[in-house]
Amino acid sequence: MAKQLQARMLLSGDEAVALAALNAGVLLGTGYPGTPSTEILEAFGALGGKAQWAPNEKVALEVGLGAAFGGARALVTMKHVGVNVAADVLFTAAYTGVTGGLILVSADDPGMASSQNEQDNRHYARAAGVIMLEPADSQQAYDFTGAGFAISEQFGLPVILRMTTRVCHSKSIVEQKPLPQPAAAPSFQRDIPARVMIPAHARPAHRRLRDKLAQVAAYAESCAQTLVEPRGKALGIITSGITAMHVRDAAPEASVLQLGVSYPLPLNAIREFVASVERCLVIEEGDPILVTELLAAGLKVEGKSERFRFGELNVDRVRRIIARDESEEAPAPRGKPPMLCEGCSHRPVFETLRDLNCIVAGDIGCYTLGVLPPFSAMDTCVCMGASITVGLGLRHVLPEAEARRVVSVIGDSTFMHSGLTGLAEMVYNPPATGHVVMILDNGTTAMTGQQEHPGTGRDLRHEPTHKINFEEVCRAMGLKQVVTVDPLAGDGALATTVSAALASGELAVIVARRPCILAAPKIRQYDKAAAEKLLARNAACSAAVTE
Amino acid sequence: MSEQNVINVVIAGLGGQGVVKASDILADAAFRAGLDVKKSEIHGMSQRGGSVASDVRFGPKVNSPMITRGEADCLIVVAPDQVEVNRHVLKAGGVLVSPEALANIPGKLPAKSINIALLGVLSTHLDLPVGIWEDAIKANLAEKHHKLNLAAFAQGRAVMQG
Repeated sequence: MAKQLQARMLLSGDEAVALAALNAGVLLGTGYPGTPSTEILEAFGALGGKAQWAPNEKVALEVGLGAAFGGARALVTMKHVGVNVAADVLFTAAYTGVTGGLILVSADDPGMASSQNEQDNRHYARAAGVIMLEPADSQQAYDFTGAGFAISEQFGLPVILRMTTRVCHSKSIVEQKPLPQPAAAPSFQRDIPARVMIPAHARPAHRRLRDKLAQVAAYAESCAQTLVEPRGKALGIITSGITAMHVRDAAPEASVLQLGVSYPLPLNAIREFVASVERCLVIEEGDPILVTELLAAGLKVEGKSERFRFGELNVDRVRRIIARDESEEAPAPRGKPPMLCEGCSHRPVFETLRDLNCIVAGDIGCYTLGVLPPFSAMDTCVCMGASITVGLGLRHVLPEAEARRVVSVIGDSTFMHSGLTGLAEMVYNPPATGHVVMILDNGTTAMTGQQEHPGTGRDLRHEPTHKINFEEVCRAMGLKQVVTVDPLAGDGALATTVSAALASGELAVIVARRPCILAAPKIRQYDKAAAEKLLARNAACSAAVTE
Repeated sequence: MSEQNVINVVIAGLGGQGVVKASDILADAAFRAGLDVKKSEIHGMSQRGGSVASDVRFGPKVNSPMITRGEADCLIVVAPDQVEVNRHVLKAGGVLVSPEALANIPGKLPAKSINIALLGVLSTHLDLPVGIWEDAIKANLAEKHHKLNLAAFAQGRAVMQG
């Protein structure tokens, strides 16, 4: 990203958001790694922006909201399921509003290239009552991010910039245009009725929110993000996000209305567009949200059939929707599935759990691949942190012989994200048979591309910071049995430790610690650089003392 | 295709084979030639050795970043066992470039440069100047790898011209 001064660049959607955030004067970028959003903050940091990883998405959005209360522009990034974690903040942030511009990037994953569900986060804009912008390529990712901060400040509302895997990870050309309205300097302006959401303040705040949304809808009627492309009169297509690009290829003769502001909707502009064509189709990836709202508004539009709710759309599927072609689609040939790396420290863990016939409550990360042969050693995987708590639920109800086989397996980054409350539950409501939690600590957020977290002792830029010690945390929370093993030691200690913990009938945490084989060389470099820096500082100090 | 003269190239293989790197170089070459370019791949799990395929589209104006099944002008496959999995993307008469093409090249080819050698083969089917290809290779690889990969690229080109 050293190319920041060039006028014309080939950037991913993620990089384009980062560049626009920098040019918009964003003072703080925060988030939690999650495919396909991870590269945004990495790029923002590489460009010189203040970027940091939060322990989880709720924390990130709260920190971002605080920055926006202080009058600064803030960027908060996460994958679609991260918004579930941050939803508690989001719904009330819509009431409080913001002073500095606040953009929450929701990177959705239709087709589930790397996710546990394909939830459509366009629902969140409607449910919480916040503005949603949907770019279709990197240029729009740049433009909409820049405009998003100005819009957020103009209406005093958070903006969700909804991207999808194909927008985040595709590269296309970006021309750096000057952005509207520079950032103001941060300062604290007390506004108690707006920011302290006791019921007496929240009741008028809800009404204020609905008024603001009506103003945004009026603005969206003619704003630069509402893109009307009149062509033929026979067919008009209303669409948003990446689908707009497929539409332009699939039906070059059709008129197109791309809703860059996909909430709240510019109903007059839409009504005018519908009236301008003989047949009007709504083509949207994911759930039938737009079509439902337009039909409810009494507009004469058609949607897609149910089969196109599932997976990504593409040019071929858009052609089918237009042609009402309901014939079976050829299934994509199955490629080679991913697997745990040769030499990965998770391998012996899942061999052990398989050999001990454990019931394994799993979690989100590389180690979810423990479900595949030759391990087949995972029985549940639902959401971040659920390994500990789903394991506890199983322990509470299963017959004793089965309950004693239950083990929860959680990665280091996931443990920091949402494992601590699960541990609190475990010591507070211990199952009769005890429970065994394994923290698979490979020293990095491996799955998303080796990001740091509060347990690594390094910040987003891999510079040293405070390191949270898992064993100390577990003991402080009241766990008596806390054992650390090296899963690759090959001395049988792993199997012995797990067997002993299971047999004890007590609560136990086993930390299986060994750096990720892909990250280990980099971790050694970071450690070496940190040691050299420390040495240099010490030398400077003693020189100063000598003087 | 709606837009005239858009070239569609799919590059496929397994995680760790430099599929994404090769598509970065191709996209950069087209970009340097002043064309509109879009490039798309799913790479969430690619580091774990799974299948990876990257779509590169370039021409005067590109809309969708994805290549429709049966509409690729060229298909590069870095892993021989991934040819059949990806063949469906090629249009009738499309060009398939696989490591088989490199069977008789003169000199030794390092395994890590097969992706670049295949780009060399591909380059003979496309209308992009060699100097632009070389600039794109240099811009996308660390300096210490330039010599080796420029040589691999030339070896790939020589296969078709020799």
